Formats: sequence, structure tokens, C-alpha cells
Amino acid sequence: MDKWTFGMTMLIVGMGGTLLTLILLSLIMGALKRVFPVKDGEE
Amino acid sequence: MVEAIVNGLSGLIAGMVNLQWANLVMIAVGGLLLYLGIKKDFEPLLLVPIGFGAILVNIPLANLMEPDGFLRIIYDAGVMTELFPLLIFVGIGAMTDFGPVLENPYTFLLGAAGQFGIFLTLLLALALGFKALDAVTIGIIGACDGPTVIYVASQYAPHLLGPVSVAAYSYMSLVPLLQPPIMRALTTEKERQVVMKTTKKTVSKTTRILFPIVITIVGGLIAPMGLPLLASIMLGNLMKESGVVPRLTNTASNELANIVTLLLGISIGATMSGPVFVQTTTLIILALGFLAICLDTACGVLFGKALCALTKGKVNPLIGAAGISAFPMSARVVQKEGFRYNRKNYLLMHAMGANAGGQVGSVMAAAVMLSVLKGMGII
Repeated sequence: MDKWTFGMTMLIVGMGGTLLTLILLSLIMGALKRVFPVKDGEE
Repeated sequence: MVEAIVNGLSGLIAGMVNLQWANLVMIAVGGLLLYLGIKKDFEPLLLVPIGFGAILVNIPLANLMEPDGFLRIIYDAGVMTELFPLLIFVGIGAMTDFGPVLENPYTFLLGAAGQFGIFLTLLLALALGFKALDAVTIGIIGACDGPTVIYVASQYAPHLLGPVSVAAYSYMSLVPLLQPPIMRALTTEKERQVVMKTTKKTVSKTTRILFPIVITIVGGLIAPMGLPLLASIMLGNLMKESGVVPRLTNTASNELANIVTLLLGISIGATMSGPVFVQTTTLIILALGFLAICLDTACGVLFGKALCALTKGKVNPLIGAAGISAFPMSARVVQKEGFRYNRKNYLLMHAMGANAGGQVGSVMAAAVMLSVLKGMGII
């Protein structure tokens, strides 16, 4: 594999993968907040 | 008798005779790191042991990095095995409050934008002729996250460990100087003055406890090669948030983190031997590392601008700069810059969210990179 193929793959898959993973995590965290809301009296 | 005296004296001057100019340069660099740590208070916990280690390893004939040398033993035991960065991460996890990012999960995205510099720098390093794994290691400086840099370098480019670690920690400590000019250049005064609504605490204890577990499982399934990094930081955070193991949490965030920081610092310093370190390559790596952190900041701010436009001016683009992983320094920089342009502006909690997102983002970026490399059959 030439270095440009490697570099562009890392850019697209690497950055895209990071972004998608963090989007997924933010959605999961949003869902968790809704499923487990703050209870009365909880700090 | 005379001969014995001459031989004895030659033993005393052998160190000076074997001193090379590169050793002198690195002793001066070690001195500079000590100066920055002691006098300027730039990351003293790291720069002091690194600077001292750099001086030690450049004293000829002491053989501290030869087999059985005491620095070599520490280096092999903790850096080459990747143990030190992982233990540091347990401590970081135990010290980090991910509450702000949980309050506003969208700040995870700012944490992702703050990692763009890693991949752009990787491309630049390839363009400059570095090999694939060397370029990955140089790019990871943009994670702005010392343990991640050391973890990747020790596995895939141990010969670059010294320069990339020094670059990561030095630039991390220079965040208060590096970021503001970029933030000002990319935003208008009106954007810098945007006031963001103060968020109230909306995160339950259950969510806080589930956060490290979910991140570990989901992140680990997506990027298993980076699981040690993710798992160690999340273990520390789980101990903190569960509240049931205060002794372990205190040990991880104090004694363990302090001991490992000392050993890690001196080990990194020990890689800065003059003849190996004083090369054009080192200067290029330092320049690329600088660029990586600048690009991260720029991409974070630009993403913040996009969010500002999408929300019709409800998001201050400055918080994007906190998407890098220099926790909590860059959040403080954002607060300071925002307050400078609007005395009613308190961006700290929002910036802390982006910053905590950046902490997870940098680890995820490294984990994803390693898994992509594995998928491509390069590692």
C-alpha cells in the first residue's frame, strides 16, 4: 500500500470512526440520562 | 606509583573527555526543562523529572541506560511494557469529573473535532517522508495527551518516544500561550461575546456510574486495540463515581499517580541521549507536534463556529478550543478568553464539558487508529 492510500485511509476511517464513535457515545449518554433521571433529593 | 596516580586521575577526567557536543546540548535542554518546570511552573510534575533524567543520561560513562543501568530498568519495566501510561490513566480517571460532558453530551462532538489535528499531522508526516507507524506516532502528539502518546510510541515507534513525549508534555503546558491567538484569529469579537446558558446539574448517580462501564464496553467493541487505554481511565472513573472504594480512588489519584509520574518522567528524560536526540528529525517532530496542537485547536474552534451557526448563536465557538485533551487547562483558557470579551460570560462549565469530551476523544482517536492499523494489517 502506498503512503497516500495509507494516509487517506487513516484520515477517513480514523477520523470518521472517532467522530461516529463519539456521536454514538453522546447518544447513549443522552439516552442514559433520560432512563435514569436525577431523583428527588439527589445531589 | 606515578603511573597509578595518572591512571587514577584519568578515571576522574574520563567523563569530561567523553563528553560530546550533543550531550552538552541535551544537558542544556534538560536545564531548560527544569527552568520551565521550576521557575515558570509549566507542568512541573513532569518537566522536573524529565529535565533531570535528560541531564543524567547525558553524563558520559555513567551507563544509566545500558543494560542493568537503573534508568534502563525503570524504562524497560514501565515504558516498554506500557504499564506506566496505563497506571497514569487509572489516576487520571479517578481525578476527572466527566459530569460536565454528561450534562451536555453534544460536547463529545467538540472532543471529536479537537482530534482532527492528529490525522492532518499524520498526513503531513507522511508527506515529509516518515514511515507509516512513525507518522501515526507523530500525529498522536495532537491528542495532547501524554499517556496516550507514550502508549502508542512505546509500542510502535520506541525510537521516537523521547521527542514525541517531550513535544506532547511541553506543548500541553504551553496551551495557555498557544491557544488564545488561534481562538482570536478564527472568531469575531461578537462570537467571542456569546453568553451560554448556565446548565443545572441533571446527571444522576446511576448515569455517572454507568458512564465508564458503557464507554468501556462500546469503545472496546469498536476499537479493541485501544481497550487498555480506555479501560484504565474508565476504571479510575468508575472507582471515583461509585463512591464505594474511596481508599482505592485516593491511592489511584494520589500515591499511584505521583509514583508513576516520577518514574515515567525520569524514564522519558532518559530517552533524551544527545547523540540520539540531537538530530534534524527531532526538530521536525517538535515542529509537527506544534502544528498538530494548533490544528486541533483550529478545528475545534471551527466546529464550535458551525455549532454556533446551527444553534443560531447559542453556542460560543470558543468552547471548541477546549475539545483538545489538555485537561483542564484548555477549559480555563476558554473561560479566560470568553470573560475577557464579555464580563458576564462564564463559559467554564461548558468548556469543561468539551474538555472532558476531548479527554475521551483523544483516547478514542488513538484506540480507533490502532484498530484501523490492525485491520489494515500494519500492526
